[in-house]
Amino acid sequence: MEATGVGTAVRQSVWAFPILEAVHLVGLALLGAAVLAGDLRLMGLGLTSASPGAVLAHCRPWLAAAVMAMAVTGIPMLLSEAVKCYYVTAFWVKMGTLPPALALTWAGRRRLIRQDPPGHTGATRVQGAVSVLLWLTVAAAGRWIGFSA
Amino acid sequence: MRGFLEWLGGTEGSRALLESQYAWPLIESAHVMGVALFLGTVIVGDLRLAGIGFTSIRPDEVLRRMRPFVLSGFGVMVLTGVLIFYSNPVRYYHDLFFRAKMGLIFVAVLNAFLFHRAARLGNRGGVRPGIAVSAWGAAAISLTVWALVVVAGRLIAYNWFACDIQPQPGWVNKLAGCPVTAAASP
Repeated sequence: MEATGVGTAVRQSVWAFPILEAVHLVGLALLGAAVLAGDLRLMGLGLTSASPGAVLAHCRPWLAAAVMAMAVTGIPMLLSEAVKCYYVTAFWVKMGTLPPALALTWAGRRRLIRQDPPGHTGATRVQGAVSVLLWLTVAAAGRWIGFSA
Repeated sequence: MRGFLEWLGGTEGSRALLESQYAWPLIESAHVMGVALFLGTVIVGDLRLAGIGFTSIRPDEVLRRMRPFVLSGFGVMVLTGVLIFYSNPVRYYHDLFFRAKMGLIFVAVLNAFLFHRAARLGNRGGVRPGIAVSAWGAAAISLTVWALVVVAGRLIAYNWFACDIQPQPGWVNKLAGCPVTAAASP
């Protein structure tokens, strides 16, 4: 992976990795918007004047945009230091929590958008809380990759 | 100023924080989590103001509902940010990206303050419900400037323009306020 054109280019450039990191972080803010607005509503917080399904539907395009931005900036960073990541626990924590987080916020939310229940329930509260915790772990583990030598 | 910061950086707490194995990275991580909470909820409001997101809910409603999360997120950012600064005051004080970040935060907060004041006056005047000023413009400024704050913040970690790595171009030393002596300059 490190021998790929992208991996080599990022590693050899002084500015590429820092700029990718910075844009990755801006993507995190947008992801925060799409995840929090929806999950807070599922927990009965935030935008409670609209139905949970309506709020989740509003989040969807921004969620897609944020995930794209994270992938476009995250994958080149991984390619530039794939061997390091392989030996870093935080990277594997991130890779372990990312798929369930994505599944819950993409597929899990789609079900609620279709059913459009009138309000939050115990089950939606749990879904919102689990999603926030999963994404927090993804983000914290991601930051920790940078602290790992 | 520099004398005070040198004293601050020499205090026991500052040194302990800078050399700590876990405290510093944990505080830094909390600062990053704060980005998602603070800026995430700011973005929700801005998308609504710009008319490109959450459009079935009234703009003032979105802003009001997001406010407690925006404010608590801001609290986390300031608290963790002050601790990070405290861990190495002189280094951050002379960091170009840190200086840029502080200036950008001032612009972003000023923009939010002016917008809220104008919006409140518009409401009180009974012109129309919701927000009767250039919401789109304020949202565009907010999104752009906060994104630049994040970028500048992340780049503080890199010492390309550090005062103790000379020679630097004259404009860098000037903007960063580097105490360059005649002997140190080329």
